[in-house]
Amino acid sequence: MLNYTATVEEVTPSRRRGAFLCSLFMALSMAAVVASADVPKPKIPKGKGERCVEDTTVMRKNHMEFLLHQRDETVHEGIRTKKHSLKECLNCHAVQDESNLPVGIDDKRHFCNSCHAYAAVSIDCFECHQSKPDIPKVSGLSP
Amino acid sequence: MSEVETPINTYRRNFLTSIGALTASVALGAALVQRVAGARAPEEAVTGKVRWGMLVNAGKCVEGCDECVKACDEENGLKSSGRSEIDAQWIRKVTLKDKTTSRTTVLPMLCQHCTTAPCVDVCPTGASFRRDDGIVLVDKHLCIGCRYCMMACPYKARSFIHEAHNDQKSWAPRGKGTVESCTLCVHRVDRGETTTACQDACVKAGHNAILFGDMNDPNSEIAKHLAAEPSTQIRGNLNLNLGVRYQGI
Repeated sequence: MLNYTATVEEVTPSRRRGAFLCSLFMALSMAAVVASADVPKPKIPKGKGERCVEDTTVMRKNHMEFLLHQRDETVHEGIRTKKHSLKECLNCHAVQDESNLPVGIDDKRHFCNSCHAYAAVSIDCFECHQSKPDIPKVSGLSP
Repeated sequence: MSEVETPINTYRRNFLTSIGALTASVALGAALVQRVAGARAPEEAVTGKVRWGMLVNAGKCVEGCDECVKACDEENGLKSSGRSEIDAQWIRKVTLKDKTTSRTTVLPMLCQHCTTAPCVDVCPTGASFRRDDGIVLVDKHLCIGCRYCMMACPYKARSFIHEAHNDQKSWAPRGKGTVESCTLCVHRVDRGETTTACQDACVKAGHNAILFGDMNDPNSEIAKHLAAEPSTQIRGNLNLNLGVRYQGI
């Protein structure tokens, strides 16, 4: 059995040094926080429609989970509901360039890119998937 | 006010009863139509009740015609890289010649959508799989590009994607380092359509050599042909129970 005895702790020089280093570290990290405030927040383009399929906070945190879940259902079971499909994300969040054509993932303005570049998280969805929405076929009736 | 008993309005009662009956019969009718057409709601998973398959009549396939190949390339966004040896090919024309009789047969060769597919057997990651409705696919999220499936396939039906692409069709993702093959136009099937791009092209060209449909539905055109006429499975000795059957070879 171990016996614990309470002792009055003395403030040793090494302890004092530790406290100094600790406060120095805190001051530096505060400075880092202040400095990061200067990094511009990404300009996230607004999607079509009034609201997303889930709350914005939920989407920010969990969009990858939704996409992953939907992807397996689509590929293996042929379930092609629109709610969490990548294709619908792209349809709603398409960003147009100067000539009114949707921009691809290589463009900084692309919806996915605008945030992923800021967060330094690389995605490989568009190694295979088309990053632009389908352009509807031009019919004779539309202007 | 509520104490006063209102007399039963027989006209109203009859009207409501008939409305109820009408609604029920419409609902039943709609359910029946849906079942007959084999259509599936977007949220409904595929089932083994359906077996998509294809019947190719080599006797009607015309030498020199490659409409099916062009239609497939267009539909699925397969573009030539300028180096034909590395281009993906989902369907190709094959010419067979009997050396004794000199008879030549041409036919389109594509993934045969085997029930016991060798590509599925050998895949180390589970990327090669057979959907419950008989369509053999590659889950490119899982494919590591090892190409075992390409070596295992007796029909040489699969292609490896050697180069990066950025002009894919949204319904046909394609990426460097993965393997792919004919999907029996799975995007069309999931939309409830009943023809493939190659079939449409063959019909348009006036040859009618390709017929796509549900082999399990005795009322479908393909099942009727298969039941009434002789057909062949290429390399039938492998007992793979193919989804693509041939006539006239």
